[in-house]
Amino acid sequence: MAAPPEPVLAAPLVDPMLPRVGRVRARRRDAPLVFTLEIEPAEGSLPPFAPGQFNMLTVFGVGEVPISLSGDPARPGRLIHTVRAVGPVSTALSRLDRGDPVGLRGPFGTGWPVEQAAGSDVVVVAGGLGLAPLRPALYQLLAPRRRYGRIALLYGTRSPADILFAREIDAWRRRKDIEVHVTVDHATGDWPHQVGVVTSLISRARFDPARTTALVCGPEVMMRFAIGTLQGAGVASTQIYLSLERNMKCAIGLCGHCQMGAAFICRDGPVFRHDRVRDMLALREI
Amino acid sequence: METHGLDRILREHPFFAGLEEDFCQLVCGCARNVRFDAGQHLFREGEPASEFFLIRQGRVALEIRAPGRGAITFQTVGEGEIVGVSWLIPPYRWTYDAKALEVVRAIGINATCLRDKSESDHDLGYELMKRFVPVLVQRLQATRLQILDVYGSPA
Ligand SMILES: Cc1cc2nc3c(=O)[nH]c(=O)nc-3n(C[C@H](O)[C@H](O)[C@H](O)COP(=O)(O)OP(=O)(O)OC[C@H]3O[C@@H](n4cnc5c(N)ncnc54)[C@H](O)[C@@H]3O)c2cc1C
Ligand code: FES
Repeated sequence: MAAPPEPVLAAPLVDPMLPRVGRVRARRRDAPLVFTLEIEPAEGSLPPFAPGQFNMLTVFGVGEVPISLSGDPARPGRLIHTVRAVGPVSTALSRLDRGDPVGLRGPFGTGWPVEQAAGSDVVVVAGGLGLAPLRPALYQLLAPRRRYGRIALLYGTRSPADILFAREIDAWRRRKDIEVHVTVDHATGDWPHQVGVVTSLISRARFDPARTTALVCGPEVMMRFAIGTLQGAGVASTQIYLSLERNMKCAIGLCGHCQMGAAFICRDGPVFRHDRVRDMLALREI
Repeated sequence: METHGLDRILREHPFFAGLEEDFCQLVCGCARNVRFDAGQHLFREGEPASEFFLIRQGRVALEIRAPGRGAITFQTVGEGEIVGVSWLIPPYRWTYDAKALEVVRAIGINATCLRDKSESDHDLGYELMKRFVPVLVQRLQATRLQILDVYGSPA
């Protein structure tokens, strides 16, 4: 089967600093403080996006923040964003209702190497909200399923109530062509699945480390532990990809707000190959 | 006791993979086959750590009881893994409950027997340490991650 065309990474915006207006079509609660918004443009169509990219979302009168795209790249007409309310802008975003306006700029940044991974095993390691930026990659991996070897989703979060996209995870669990392991850090008696940290799932998944691409997203400490465990299992640093977060302003490589060493997260990331950021990750604070 | 079958099962368990024949015989002399029904405890907090378990089948929840919160599972352990490390360190008492979540088949290893053999054969003791220390380090790292509560809300 012919590979689908690579998505266009840069949006054809006239002025990349000028947000266009979108409207909230639907809002769903996924977990405590976590909401998924479906946004449609007030006019015109939306540019395509690659899994792992993000948009700058504005709540007018409050502020603008980077939020990953969490929907299906094959359905670019619907913008899906999953937001955790942690501060002023994300809380305002999570409170938007059907019909409310949202400012949109993007999509920006690099994506997960879904095309490059064709032919190899793929291990997706997600922690907490880190599943949101990985979901578009999972949609793409599972769509032309024959193009990959084994696929494993290893997802860890805090407690059963914090599990994102639970119904979708159940559907993936029922498929024979993806191995799904979910673990929580703590649970009470009625939780039937695994308890323990996400790194403990790596030894349970079946994959050939010599021909595996690993996609890792979650809190930075969790990613450091997960990457260490993947390397211990034999996956090379050049085969591990991770998504980094830093505060952003322009999102187009101009202001330097998101700089980490020589890299600008907004332009050179957020998805990086591990060997290219390993040294910067080891630094205490940048 | 039928040690021949146990010998094979022990060698096939990932925890003892590649164990030398002599050591295998020594460990086998302390081992027995055990089975627990769903809901049955392998051991409870505070009890003497007299036996640890190599899980062959089924899952075990490791739980801590907190006043007003009931039992909180902090880890589940399954096939190919071990339950119980407190038998290595004085005062040799369990510091949590271990409960079968489904039918569990395991090999139980008598801790006093193995401690005595390790005391008189330090090569065996060292071999065991090399196998237990990675498990302890893994659990320590896991505990660090859990304490950090990395997914916790910043609010
Ligand atoms: C490329 C990229 C993609 C992102 N994708 C998403 C996404 O899909 N969904 C989403 O909800 N967020 C995402 N974020 C994070 C989001 O942009 C920030 O959380 C943002 O700072 C929220 O702004 P605020 O005004 O609500 O809170 P702020 O005022 O910026 O922060 C409030 C408090 O929360 C803490 N905080 C900020 N961010 C986080 C975080 N990620 N986790 C825990 N604590 C935090 C801050 O230290 C501060 O104490 C992404 C960030 C980047 C760089
Ligand atoms: S946010 Fe301005 S350079 Fe990255």
